[in-house]
Amino acid sequence: MPKTDNLQTTGTVINWRHRIAVRLIGVFVMFSVLIFGATLGYNYYQARAMITDKLEVTARHLVTAAAGRVETVITSVTCQTESMARSLETFPYSKPQLLDYINASVLAHPDVFGSAVAFDSSPDSRFHGPYAPYFYRTPEGTGYLDLTQSYDYSTQDWFQIPRELEKTEWSEPYFDEGGGNALMATCSVPFYETNDGQKRFSGIVTADVSLKRLTDIVSSIKVLKTGYGFLLSRNGTFLAHPRQDIIMNESIFSIAEMRDSLGLRGMGRQMTAGESGFIPYKTLSGVDSWMYYAPIRPVGWTLAVIFPKDELFADIRTLTLTMAFMGLGGLLLLTLVIVLIARSITTPIRALAQATGKIAEGDFEAPLPETRSKDEVGGLTRDFRVMRDSLKDHIKQLTETTAARERMESELQIAHDIQMSILPKIFPPFPTRDEFDLFALILPAKEVGGDFYDFFQISESRLCFVVGDVSGKGVPAALFMAVTKTLIKSFAREKGDVTPEAILTHVNEELASENDACMFVTLFCGMLDTKTGEIQYANAGHNPPLLIKENGDVTWLPRAKSLMAGPMPGVQYQREQLVLSPGDCLFLYTDGVTEAMNHDDALFSDQRLETDLAALSGLGIRDAIQQIMDSILRFADGAPQSDDITMMMIRYSGVGE
Amino acid sequence: MTLIAKRKNHGGMRQAFKLFGIMLLMACPAAFPVSAAETPLTKASFIPLWSPQSQFAGYYMAFEKGFYARHGIDLTILAGGPGHSSTESLLNGKADFAVLWLVTALKQHAAGQRVVNVAQISQRSAMMLVARKTSGIRTPENMNGKKVGVWSGDLALPVQAFFTKHHVNARKIPQSYTVNLFLRGGVDVVSAMWYNEYHTILNTGINPEELSVFHLYDYGLNFPEDGVYMMETAYKKNPALAAAFAKASFEGWQYAFDHPEEALSVVIRYMREAKVPSNLTHQRWMLARMKDLIMPDGRKMPTGKLSDKDFQTVADSLLHQGLIVKTPDYGTFTGDTHAENR
Repeated sequence: MPKTDNLQTTGTVINWRHRIAVRLIGVFVMFSVLIFGATLGYNYYQARAMITDKLEVTARHLVTAAAGRVETVITSVTCQTESMARSLETFPYSKPQLLDYINASVLAHPDVFGSAVAFDSSPDSRFHGPYAPYFYRTPEGTGYLDLTQSYDYSTQDWFQIPRELEKTEWSEPYFDEGGGNALMATCSVPFYETNDGQKRFSGIVTADVSLKRLTDIVSSIKVLKTGYGFLLSRNGTFLAHPRQDIIMNESIFSIAEMRDSLGLRGMGRQMTAGESGFIPYKTLSGVDSWMYYAPIRPVGWTLAVIFPKDELFADIRTLTLTMAFMGLGGLLLLTLVIVLIARSITTPIRALAQATGKIAEGDFEAPLPETRSKDEVGGLTRDFRVMRDSLKDHIKQLTETTAARERMESELQIAHDIQMSILPKIFPPFPTRDEFDLFALILPAKEVGGDFYDFFQISESRLCFVVGDVSGKGVPAALFMAVTKTLIKSFAREKGDVTPEAILTHVNEELASENDACMFVTLFCGMLDTKTGEIQYANAGHNPPLLIKENGDVTWLPRAKSLMAGPMPGVQYQREQLVLSPGDCLFLYTDGVTEAMNHDDALFSDQRLETDLAALSGLGIRDAIQQIMDSILRFADGAPQSDDITMMMIRYSGVGE
Repeated sequence: MTLIAKRKNHGGMRQAFKLFGIMLLMACPAAFPVSAAETPLTKASFIPLWSPQSQFAGYYMAFEKGFYARHGIDLTILAGGPGHSSTESLLNGKADFAVLWLVTALKQHAAGQRVVNVAQISQRSAMMLVARKTSGIRTPENMNGKKVGVWSGDLALPVQAFFTKHHVNARKIPQSYTVNLFLRGGVDVVSAMWYNEYHTILNTGINPEELSVFHLYDYGLNFPEDGVYMMETAYKKNPALAAAFAKASFEGWQYAFDHPEEALSVVIRYMREAKVPSNLTHQRWMLARMKDLIMPDGRKMPTGKLSDKDFQTVADSLLHQGLIVKTPDYGTFTGDTHAENR
């Protein structure tokens, strides 16, 4: 059995990366991770989106509720101040009545810290010039002050803005030292007097409100752990924020400028424009958050609540992480199971592969792995066992057949050797005879063929010579040839005075009588009278010989008129004759000569034989035949010949003086 | 708001003393390392035009870094701001040096209160008028019939000169120290200092491109503002002190521009101590603009010199408005005459 590199590789070493277990694990784990990761990621983002959606609703409620509480205070102060203004327009208060009224209004509203009525400073105003009585809370009750003693209030924002805009205005918040350094804002309402249908500006009623209660509402907003609320003024200034240091010092726009963030500035513009919204926001300390903001309408402030994303999504993250760890555990388990399954599959396969390797090396006795499983691997092993056994039997048979064949071939060779040995091989055959010379040569084909030649003396002056060609190949042809040769020789010897046609007729009768196989043989039988050079001959279907005159002329003898010998009895062969002059030669051959083939399946041909022979006059018969043989071999150029090549040449020298 | 006013009257003095104390404490360590120890330091006081802010960063830095002491001055910085008029402090002798606007100083000088320009710190007017583009105001002429916020007193003079020049008849509304009247829509145009109110407006969320801006400087009305002044009598006694003060102040400004963050931290500290709202970005803007005003056109050093041209422009405007009857002598006003006499 041949041993190849390929088989050896298969049987022994496999790169770990190509192992089934590794590939299975690779593919399974990769796909599991992909599917699991995608699911987990989708789950995470979906959950976040859901939380964010819900958050917006929650945030809106939270902010709306807080803004509502702030607005309640603002609105109630606004209402009281506006009703004061309307009242001042209606009743002609005297100074004492006015002071009582202001004082009472401060005490009436718990959120009002102080209240003033500031009259237009023109000489034709209600009290003929600047007058601004102001009452404010003290621990004991109320304090009184005429603001005209402090400053020119006519250019103060709280006076000027509502006067110019002719409507109620809330001031930008400010710190007031007198109010315990509290953040304050002032509600200012203009009031008018009507003279002769002419509406004329009369003054401004104010109410100062401590924003502590309002900022406390905002400060009390606690979202998750670190979420918070903050309050912006109309100008974007921070009024309430967990970081005390930025209150009143920074605005959303100054923060934007500090951070060089146009985005934050844009956000601030939206917030202070009285819009509401839910947007991502980065806090001052850089925490990514969601922010919901809504306006506090009467004052134009903005309330915003911050929801830190980290904390919002902390639960989902924990859940996702837990799921990820569980998934990881599952993957490990899966890997383990795959390893076990793969091993249960690959172990017998590997054993089988090893056994295959050994069998490939020719070791048919190598043990195959035991199979218990009924799966494909088990089936494969069983089939492989059957295949191994069949192979073994087959090889055994093959070995036996080969031996038989070799024996037969050797026997055939022996038969061939014997066949060849029965042909006369000693040349010159009659060294004592000068009147003629004879040479013959046979080149057997690879297979045992049926050519033969023979020559013998019948009497002192008569030489019989025969060239034959049995149909077919192999042992039957060899046997048929041996029989034919023996028949001819024995018949010729037995009857001392015999003619060639009698020999052929007799041989034909003998051969035909027991010839079930319908074999036949072509025969040329001639008899040379060594005294006269006369040749009598008969031809049973054989190739016509050539006559080579001493002067080099080559002529074909006439074609055979009779059938070959063997197929049918009762054939009468005709005698023909010719006379050789001294120096003439007769050339006999079988069709192996003229039908010798080269690689192009071209025939050596009669023509070429004739030409070659004509060129050989003058040579001895031995050399001549040798030359023809060389010519044939050159022509064949190594192409294997299927037929024996047989040549015989007789030269008649004549009787010496 | 209302109470601020009340407190201002009562709390002003107390606050000044408090600040005075702090200043003294800060001044002491700075006095020691200087070489002027052989000659005793000359005591002097200085009042800025307003509450602490970057507008005065140079004086604060000169004080903090001991530049005044190095130039032989034991300086006390008085509290400025509402209720602390620098003009009054200079005239009544509370302050030896004061920051005044050129128009104020010229008016005082012409009225017989002879003040001397020791150093002209600002070289360029920061005064501007600002309007919302939505109000349709694109040119000075558009302001006709519009409500324009104008500060009271000397701060109104450059704006009046602008109106006169462009024949604008606007409704002038007295303007307070805030820009809220403008922000709420009470006036169409607001007076603003480039380094202060303009930035305040921007930092309420209004973008620059939404505003029409009129720098008076661009309209040929350069009324350089902050200058350091001294009474002529005091100046005549000790012009060297004036020169030393000017020199130290320039060094302070130079230092503040070279070390803006350090200067800002000092300004913010002064603001906190004076209990005025402080905002770092605003003060940073202000300091940068002060640099533009003190060293315009990319100059490397403060010149400190009142240009003859600016002097004439302002004096002519005052004459024209009938606020002075005679232009003071440039040499006398800037103290050059006295210095030469010595």
